[in-house]
Amino acid sequence: MILPKFSYFEPKQIGEVCSLLEEYGEEARVLAGGTDLLVKMKQGLLNPKCLVSLKKLAELNFIRFDERTGLALGAMASLNSIQESPLVRENYYALAEAVESMAAVQIRNIGTLGGNLGNASPAADTAPVLIAYGAQVKLVGPKGERRVALEDFFIGPGQTVLNKGEIIAEVVLPPAGISTGGAYRRFGLRRSSALAVVGAAAVITLKSGVCQSVRIALGAVAPVPLRVPAAEEVLAGKAIEDEAIVEAAKKAREAARPITDVRSSDEYRRELTEVLVTRALSHALKRAKERVN
Amino acid sequence: MQHLVNVKVNGQSHTLVVNANMTLLDMLRKNLGLTGTKKGCELGDCGSCTVIIDGKTVNSCLVLAVEASGKEILTIEGLAEGNELHPLQKAFIDYGAIQCGYCTPGMILSAKALLDRNSSPSEEEIKTAIGGNLCRCTGYIYIIEAIREVAGKQKE
Repeated sequence: MILPKFSYFEPKQIGEVCSLLEEYGEEARVLAGGTDLLVKMKQGLLNPKCLVSLKKLAELNFIRFDERTGLALGAMASLNSIQESPLVRENYYALAEAVESMAAVQIRNIGTLGGNLGNASPAADTAPVLIAYGAQVKLVGPKGERRVALEDFFIGPGQTVLNKGEIIAEVVLPPAGISTGGAYRRFGLRRSSALAVVGAAAVITLKSGVCQSVRIALGAVAPVPLRVPAAEEVLAGKAIEDEAIVEAAKKAREAARPITDVRSSDEYRRELTEVLVTRALSHALKRAKERVN
Repeated sequence: MQHLVNVKVNGQSHTLVVNANMTLLDMLRKNLGLTGTKKGCELGDCGSCTVIIDGKTVNSCLVLAVEASGKEILTIEGLAEGNELHPLQKAFIDYGAIQCGYCTPGMILSAKALLDRNSSPSEEEIKTAIGGNLCRCTGYIYIIEAIREVAGKQKE
């Protein structure tokens, strides 16, 4: 299995990356971790003339947390560095949980957060959990930088709002209050190295025992990672009881628009959605309560 | 397009000229003759090409040779000291944790990276660490026992 030929660049400045991407246009691909891109190139699914590596951009490889501004993750932070980060585990546990469920150690050591999002797979495990935490992506391009809510970043399978010459620089999560709990539940055909058949993320913030805010997002049940406001509405502003969780999970099931593929039928995905949303909500609620106490 | 690569492999420095589309796996096997690193699926699924770069395990089939420039790489050939096998290599032999042997280099390097960070891993932690290394002979039980044996000895 031989990689097709390409020209290779590893710029040290973000500006250079943007100008190379503008110059080569459709013929260029950004190389982040490469765990997906190089596989697709070997399989003959992609044949870019030029790869622009981001690995020499040290400014994109960081994890920073500030109680006032929240968590900032560089696009080139490896999946394992995020999963192992005490800052992430203490404040955004569900993100660590989602990354742990992905692939295997070797892939997580190379694969990056920016790559997982930029790849725009509907089954990306980091997407639902980041949407549930209210993440924004900072995009940098030839015309400067802009911020987009992650739930608006994806357009379809493999498609994003990124313009020509633009890359993901950073993912920003708002501060997680001490009464916030999150959880990610997914089902794969194996425990290791299997894509999610369905993934469900929930983040709940409590105030005096009442659900002050809740965000629920799904993976692998629609052309894009999907936030489900109809399910959130069932819970917002209430003291959450088991019946309400069941009701919210039903709403999530109705919102899912899954397809049938090699991993599952659409019917089974709908069933899984209800089960996994129930579990994600129960765990998120439990964690929010534990953090308050 | 050719690129200059400076790497340290098993403690030895090398300067090589490689094509952009050469993988680290091919560079190790073809240019450096280090065929202990196995070529399996070539898609990052099987783990037989596992090497350790700067302390972390990676699938060398999914790393470009040019990306490895400036890094320190450890392959299975770098584990033994002279004629003295590494404790993990010895334990794999003692426990019969090798059958066809194809997954063994990757399996041992994943175990080494684990034990370097965590000298007393639980069984779950061992399973997670080797989750990306497939043994087609399915000899996982002996492999896990061999790793536990070395972890136990390290603790003493």
